[in-house]
Amino acid sequence: MSDPEIVAAYEAKWGLDQPLPVQYINYMKNLFQGDLGTSIRTKQPVLSDLAQYIPATFEMATFATLISIILGLLFGLLSAARHNKLPDHVLRVISLMGISIPAFWLSILCLYFFYLRLGIVPGSGRVSAEWLGASFPTGFLIFDAITYGEPDLLRDALSHLILPSFVLAASTMGILTRTVRSSMLEAMQQDYVRTARAKGLSEGRVLRHHVLKNGLIPSVTMFGLSYGSLLGGTVLVETIFSYPGIGLYAYKAASTLDFPAIMGTTLFIAAVNVLMNFFVDIIYALIDPRIRY
Amino acid sequence: MGHQIRKFIRKNPLAVVGIVIWIFFILCAVFAPVLAPYDPVAQDLSVRYQAPSAAHLFGTDSFGRDVLSRVIYGARISIPSGLLVVLLACVFGSLYGAIAGYFGKVVDEILMRFADMIMSFPAILLAMALAAALGTSVMNAILAIAVVAWPKYARMMRSLVLTVREAEYVTSERAIGQKSWVILIRTIIPNCMSSLIVLASTDVGTAILTFAGLSFLGLGVSPPTPEWGYMVSDGVTILQYWWISFFPGAAIFLVSIGANFIGDAVRDVLDPRMKTEA
Repeated sequence: MSDPEIVAAYEAKWGLDQPLPVQYINYMKNLFQGDLGTSIRTKQPVLSDLAQYIPATFEMATFATLISIILGLLFGLLSAARHNKLPDHVLRVISLMGISIPAFWLSILCLYFFYLRLGIVPGSGRVSAEWLGASFPTGFLIFDAITYGEPDLLRDALSHLILPSFVLAASTMGILTRTVRSSMLEAMQQDYVRTARAKGLSEGRVLRHHVLKNGLIPSVTMFGLSYGSLLGGTVLVETIFSYPGIGLYAYKAASTLDFPAIMGTTLFIAAVNVLMNFFVDIIYALIDPRIRY
Repeated sequence: MGHQIRKFIRKNPLAVVGIVIWIFFILCAVFAPVLAPYDPVAQDLSVRYQAPSAAHLFGTDSFGRDVLSRVIYGARISIPSGLLVVLLACVFGSLYGAIAGYFGKVVDEILMRFADMIMSFPAILLAMALAAALGTSVMNAILAIAVVAWPKYARMMRSLVLTVREAEYVTSERAIGQKSWVILIRTIIPNCMSSLIVLASTDVGTAILTFAGLSFLGLGVSPPTPEWGYMVSDGVTILQYWWISFFPGAAIFLVSIGANFIGDAVRDVLDPRMKTEA
């Protein structure tokens, strides 16, 4: 690697012989034309690499988001409704456990029990061996399996998805439970809730119509923000489950110092993050008539 | 005093659990050479992959090293690293945010847009990219995590300073001709401390998790250093020897949840507006 000629040729090929500001301007120029550079490891354009891995990660992150929203809402509402009683205390510890548990450790525990001991889920990857050679029209396996009527593929893909999604959802579930709980408790103390009770509405009606609607507004922000952190979490989970998504791609890029790929993946996830924030702002205006842009 | 302690224990049982966990692991870190039954890096291939037994309470790993001794020594890296990340991020972030908030206008715009930019990147991914670029070492991993962790301190400090800046005691200091820097450091920042401590105390658990995550990916310590995240990764491909991953992972989990228990109580005590026991 120390042959100066080879080094010079390599630097010229990747543009590393240019001054840093020039390199930066070149990168930005290419970026705005949709060119994220070429991966040093795979020798493919980073953009086409990403396009290949996005469907897998999108499926897992969406699945995990659904799990965490459903559980987070359920636990949060239950916790607020049974405030300072046993269910509240138990759920508080559960939500803190979700936040504190290392995702990579939880992955290994789940693999040990559900794969090695019980054998009820497949170990790793996205599909079983018999589907490996097959090509999928959109790359979104669940979508393809449903539209092309392949129940076996659907079952196979779901069984591969369930464990990593649950692991990925754990921490978001904890955060959402806490957000939902505290915003519901805050809503319950508002004057309009006292008014609603005072005019003789039933407790159920007060909770559904006055507390729930107002209390969920802050949680919407968390739903949106959590998608970005879920995508970040895929790095650890996908690495352990050998799940072929952008998390695994990012890990391989980082461990081989494949900088175009690292920058491309990081930028892509940051862009998704910004986009999700944008959607949250729009949804905000829709659900809260007080907010106008 | 005794009465107050009893009251605190009754009101915050989880915080007491957290404090006990932390005292336990800090003692492990301090007295590691005394407590560890074996040398944490000594290899003995004749006893590799041994299940937990009386001779090796937590079993042995693929090099025949004693997992218990390695977990005990691991506290010496994980705990100071987590605390150092929070300290660095908190000091830098709060100074940064204080400057933005106090001087306002263009300074504020430029500084906070940069902070927003860092915040839009997913923490673990940016930290991973930075750690990879800086090279594998404990200090680099700590720096990488601090770099992604500081903007939330900056944001909080900025909004606090915006409120405190208008307080009458600040106006009076300005009226007697005190310099901006002196007002900022001697008056404004101390008045924002309690909110800062709340944020920092809830951040320790996250910092420890992120550090362990980087080590797990091979971006924290170099072998054979006993570090919890790295030790968990030792057992990934050999699940049947569960103890290799289980015990170091359990240590990360305990320290992190202990930090979160304490953080919750600190918030209840210092910041009544965000009470979890509302």
